Amino acid sequence: MKNFAMIAALAAAPFAAFATPDPADWDAVVAEAEGQTVYWNAWGGSTTTNDFIAWVGDRVFEEYGVTLEHVKLTDTADAVTRVLAEKEAGENDDGAIDMIWINGANFAAMKEADLLFGPFAEQLPNWAIVDSEGKTVQTDFTVPVEGYESPWAMAQVVFMYDTADIAAPLGSMSAILEWAQAHPGRFTYPQPPDFLGSTFLKQALVDLLEDPSVLQAPVSDETYDEVTAPLWAYLDELTPVLWREGRAYPATGPAQLQLIADGEVDLAISFSPGEATAAIANDQLPDTVRTFVLDKGTIGNASFVAVPYNSGSAAGAMVVANFMLSAESQVRQHDPEILGYGTVLNMDALGAEDRAAFDALDLGVATLSPADLGAVQDEPHPSWMTRVTDDWVMRYGSGQ
Amino acid sequence: MIGLCVTALVNNVPTVLRFLPALTLFAMLGPVLAGLWGTVLPAFGHIPAAGLTGPSFDPFHALFSWGGLGKAVRLSITTGVVATALSLMIVALITAGWSGTRPFRFMERALSPLLSVPHAAAAFGLAFLIAPSGWIARALSPAITGWDRPPDLLIVQDPLGLAMIAGLVLKEVPFLLLMTIAAMGQAQPRRSLLVAQALGYGRITGWLKTVFPRVYRQIRLPVYVVIAYSMSVVDVAVILGPSTPPTLSVQIVKWMGDPDLSMRSTGAAAALLQLGLVVLVLVFWWFGERLVAALGNRWIQSGHRGSHDRISRGIALGLGALAAVPVLFGLASLAVWSVAGFWSFPDVLPDSFSMRTWTRHGPDAFATMGETFLVAGIAVVFALGLVLGCLEAEYRSGRQMGRFGVWLLYLPLLVPQTAFLPGLQSLLLNVGADVGLVPVVFAHLVFVLPYVFLSLGDPWRSWDVRNATVAQALGASPVRVFWTIRLPMLLRPVLTAMAVGVAVSVGQYLATLLIGGGRVSTLTTEAVALASGGDRRAIGVYGLLQTLAALLPFTFALVLPTIIWRNRRGLHE
Amino acid sequence: MNKGLTLQKVCIMRDGSPLIEVDHHIAPGDVLTIMGPSGVGKSTLLAYITGTLAPVFEATGGIALDGADISQLPPHKRQVGILFQDDLLFPHMSVGANLAFGMKAGGSRAERRAAIESALADVDLEGYADRDPETLSGGQKARVALVRMLLSKPRALLLDEAFSRLDAELRTQVRDVVFRNARERQLPVLMVTHDVDDAKAADGTVIELESLSKT
Repeated sequence: MKNFAMIAALAAAPFAAFATPDPADWDAVVAEAEGQTVYWNAWGGSTTTNDFIAWVGDRVFEEYGVTLEHVKLTDTADAVTRVLAEKEAGENDDGAIDMIWINGANFAAMKEADLLFGPFAEQLPNWAIVDSEGKTVQTDFTVPVEGYESPWAMAQVVFMYDTADIAAPLGSMSAILEWAQAHPGRFTYPQPPDFLGSTFLKQALVDLLEDPSVLQAPVSDETYDEVTAPLWAYLDELTPVLWREGRAYPATGPAQLQLIADGEVDLAISFSPGEATAAIANDQLPDTVRTFVLDKGTIGNASFVAVPYNSGSAAGAMVVANFMLSAESQVRQHDPEILGYGTVLNMDALGAEDRAAFDALDLGVATLSPADLGAVQDEPHPSWMTRVTDDWVMRYGSGQ
Repeated sequence: MIGLCVTALVNNVPTVLRFLPALTLFAMLGPVLAGLWGTVLPAFGHIPAAGLTGPSFDPFHALFSWGGLGKAVRLSITTGVVATALSLMIVALITAGWSGTRPFRFMERALSPLLSVPHAAAAFGLAFLIAPSGWIARALSPAITGWDRPPDLLIVQDPLGLAMIAGLVLKEVPFLLLMTIAAMGQAQPRRSLLVAQALGYGRITGWLKTVFPRVYRQIRLPVYVVIAYSMSVVDVAVILGPSTPPTLSVQIVKWMGDPDLSMRSTGAAAALLQLGLVVLVLVFWWFGERLVAALGNRWIQSGHRGSHDRISRGIALGLGALAAVPVLFGLASLAVWSVAGFWSFPDVLPDSFSMRTWTRHGPDAFATMGETFLVAGIAVVFALGLVLGCLEAEYRSGRQMGRFGVWLLYLPLLVPQTAFLPGLQSLLLNVGADVGLVPVVFAHLVFVLPYVFLSLGDPWRSWDVRNATVAQALGASPVRVFWTIRLPMLLRPVLTAMAVGVAVSVGQYLATLLIGGGRVSTLTTEAVALASGGDRRAIGVYGLLQTLAALLPFTFALVLPTIIWRNRRGLHE
Repeated sequence: MNKGLTLQKVCIMRDGSPLIEVDHHIAPGDVLTIMGPSGVGKSTLLAYITGTLAPVFEATGGIALDGADISQLPPHKRQVGILFQDDLLFPHMSVGANLAFGMKAGGSRAERRAAIESALADVDLEGYADRDPETLSGGQKARVALVRMLLSKPRALLLDEAFSRLDAELRTQVRDVVFRNARERQLPVLMVTHDVDDAKAADGTVIELESLSKT
């Protein structure tokens, strides 16, 4: 609940975000954007993502004269802190950050605290080709987006496994536990509060619960212990058979790739269905790695970009956000050789040529087809992730 | 004794020079004191922007209710003290057993390159060397160990922080060795050792009994610096230290980065605790010195001549090699990873080699290298200007720096970075200072200045001032003497001091990260950010370039005077 | 009025106790030799005259050059030349550059060069202008140091154990060159030494110093 205490403190401050420049007047936005420098704060731990962001930067510079600077973060929360600190300091006009790769708890916190520019997302020209009905782009972890962030990629939990060591996909969290008990030291997950680590906890909770719909409501003190009890029981059994007996964890998702390549672990969680294929192509994973999803389905969500209220280059940031929704950018990010992220576009809304470009993509050996990815489980309300993560840190993260 | 009483020195020190020492002190200590103030306020619950007005002890309550506190505190203390004691012991043994010999001169020459390897790069190298999937395990597998996959052993990030201690020792041994060599210049160790040996003492025993007490007095402050640094280091702890929980300093940085403001006040409270811990450990160390001195005196007077000299010397050499070789192999592993194709356990070398990682990261990395040099260059030029000004003022006024001045010089290195940098960051924000290059340069200056001063001070002061007397008698003004005589004659130490300054700036992690607000990225911040992603190939590229960035200036410092003064034998001793 | 170097009731003290006292006039072309054991403050006296006395010392008394007081002038305005026991040639400059360093500014390149060449020729060092000083022998270095000092046109000459590093044969040779040049130029010379031969060769007044500080 920490984030909400903070929000309460700031909500009192009278502040309203006006969308200037007005995204509805797109020509004016494009004109204003030319020559602007956009500081995009995005997590910098994945080299493939960094390459993609650099490509976006090259393209928007050619096309619109917008200079994109990737500020590489180790944790998106750093960017949130920065905007907050600037607001404290009264820096309301030209903050250090113009765009943030964001979703979930960080978005909820910034939106509640009026730290975001907008609404703008639904006025972007390319919103017309976004699959706003079929993909979860209008809510972010149950929080209504309302145009304060623009989607650019779809993510869904998959598990990467080395077929040289695991014969068949494991269909549930319980199956994973059984396998881990039979093969001690060969499974781990990123250390919460890392985003992917927390996602693992949520995925476990969703899969372990008979009825995960209770997670759609904010967490409440009365039911918290009861709802999460199966998760802690599960982790108490799992932790002793984890890699290093749970006394150390990989810092992030990509750090797991190295562990698989080294043969230290055989199974790892990923939030990107195409990551394994891309990593094989980059020599980061052995070519025997494949992916699977759980029988009941796995959690999925969209990645967004948001613009802080005090950006001095909001026009430039919107141009970048719009470019990232173009078919050109979406095909590239969907290419498993490049990034392998899911698209947010509606195939039916695309022209024949753009559709053909998507169809021509070879998703690669380790990427499941959209049909195989199966049902998408809803993200729990962000308060669950915060609370469960804090609890995890107390129980397993500070050396119990 | 009648007659006119005149002042001895008629060449008055120009006003500009007279203010330089004060300005230098301000540049070094201003940010530290301001940062500490910026830490004290939130630590007592005073963050007006969040509607919190102190004083209150809530942040400390929150800190003491954190479950990992005990372990984190213990970890900070043990890693700091053990790493320092080990490094000091190795340095004393090597110097005792080998100073004045050929292997020792070889080690002296290897010092600069070893010193310039940034902490983070050395830590990466060590991590890959000793990890269960690392080079050592690969070399022995499966033939000797029988492992066809890495054993599930907690070697890196172990809860006792042993890997972290090893990483610190690798870097602190060269530092303390350099300080010891500098100190020995004044202690005339050869004569004492000859006397002791003539009295029948073994080499090591004789050295420890006659030279070490004097040398230790000289290197005491550097030892304190090593303690403070090792207790509060962040980048090495992130790479090699445990994470459940991490060391106190790493946890402070985490708290400071939390979106929840109340966490930041907890972080500030922890930063004060960190400061207190360092002070406490330094006090205990001081008492330890007294104890060791008392015991040592008894030992000196006991008359034991020392027997197992040959074995001890062998051990000393082994320890020295043990401290140097991993760094070299670590760098080699970075190089191999940067050109590696797929590389699985237990292969000693990758399946294939390619330049793909370099073509992917090269352009970005070299651009970052440019920014790294820009920050380092500006900081070093400022530092050099101030230091030269101070030294010239000292020479012209004829007043030497006292013990107090030396302490002030070391102060910024004794205050843990995690205690004042976060405070400095919030303070800068509160006064509305723009983030970017300028504040980062000034933050770097805090660390660059003392090292440049310490590196240049001795050679500058030991210059034969009769040269200046002759030049002035020939009609040259003090300004002309400075530019045309003293500076050119001291070109080599000046360039070396600049190289030291660049290496210090290149190695700065926390100062760049916190004060730069993400807009200034150097090779070190990029490399540590990549560490979280675990992509060893990319880390290889950045780690190598990071080392190169620190090593290049040392090469220049070595080569340039040789070229410029190629026809001047008097400048090549 | 009074040509030459005048030391008027000069007294140098350290920590309030007197170290050395001199009251003497040196006429142009004359040599005053000050002899005494080391530690009595001979070099300190010279430092007082060149204006480079360390602040731990206190000094009283006047220094007059050709009647004008120079004790208030900065060292580089005093026009007092000094030779130490080491040649102290600047190692980063060629022999010629060392000489040029001491010459007054002005004159064309060719004129300066000619002056340097001829000055070198006077001490049998023709064609040495472009040499690295470190490649010279001890006697050659001593002569270059002398020429360098003379080219700066000093009005008085101080010798601080200037010949003590040279072996017996060289010493006589160099000493003769120095004294001959000083006499030709009518320079008052103040020499401190502990060598009786130096004092004899100087052929002037000798002051024997004893330690004033009674410890």
